[in-house]
Amino acid sequence: MKLDLILRIGVKFLLPFVLLFALYVQFHGELGPGGGFQAGVITAGMVILYAIVFGTEAAKRIAPQRMVESMVPLGVLIYAGTGVAGLLLGKNFLDYSVLAHDAPHGRELGIFLVEVGVLITVSGTMTALFYAFSERGR
Amino acid sequence: MVLLTLLAAITIGVVRTRNLFGVIVLAGIYSFLMASVLIVLDAVDVAMTEAAVGAGVSTVLLLATLHLTKSMEYPRPRKAYLPLFVAICTGAAIVWGTYSLPPFGTPDNVIHRHVVPRYLADSVKDTMVPNVVTSVLADYRGYDTLGETTVIFTAGIGVLLLLKGRRRRRTDQPGERSAP
Repeated sequence: MKLDLILRIGVKFLLPFVLLFALYVQFHGELGPGGGFQAGVITAGMVILYAIVFGTEAAKRIAPQRMVESMVPLGVLIYAGTGVAGLLLGKNFLDYSVLAHDAPHGRELGIFLVEVGVLITVSGTMTALFYAFSERGR
Repeated sequence: MVLLTLLAAITIGVVRTRNLFGVIVLAGIYSFLMASVLIVLDAVDVAMTEAAVGAGVSTVLLLATLHLTKSMEYPRPRKAYLPLFVAICTGAAIVWGTYSLPPFGTPDNVIHRHVVPRYLADSVKDTMVPNVVTSVLADYRGYDTLGETTVIFTAGIGVLLLLKGRRRRRTDQPGERSAP
């Protein structure tokens, strides 16, 4: 597989930057364009690229199938749990203002938490779908 | 205008091509062009999503689907004049409808006078988040985004059940056991 060499080395060089860009999009989403959805898709794209070049088995070692599939409901639970936390602390559902010492900080924290939930669900779903398709293909 | 012409050309190409592999590649190019159009319209968040989902992940998923099925579309059984007529009428009605829309990008349009000034003025004060898109999506309109996340969850679970359930039933049949 000599022809694969450039592809493999290139992908190995590329992957850390793709992951870094996904994290940047996730945590910089409050300041620039982006957010949980975009970051989730970029993360899933990174795993899928790795799986295409190195094989699905290698990808399942860095992102195990059980973990990916449990990420699908986990993100929704984080999102809804953030909403329920506001409910338990005496405000409306999805009112984040009671999550920290004052309202703006609480809402910032709430936005951060729900974006994490979106990231987990989106990346988990996309990767799990790819795994399911590649399993059917064999 | 150049981008829109290219979009139209690719749409015709997608309709005319019978090879589904070519259709998927053309659809990826269409998504990238659409992302460029959205950047021109200053909708950077949507452009990012379009480039990542439309051109990236969905292309890969469609190729994976193609791997499971045949890559040639069946020839069209007959000329479909009635659907063509309906499509042209609907398109003409939509174009006619755009003439009564307010001019594009005017700041005092109706939709820009309801809650938008409050969001723009209060986002940093309320949520300490300078990107108004993020604060609208995750805070002011948190219910909607929760619904969208649930939609992704439901769709993903549905497709996973479809793909996995069929496979297990097939491996149950004797003599057809596939390699793990």
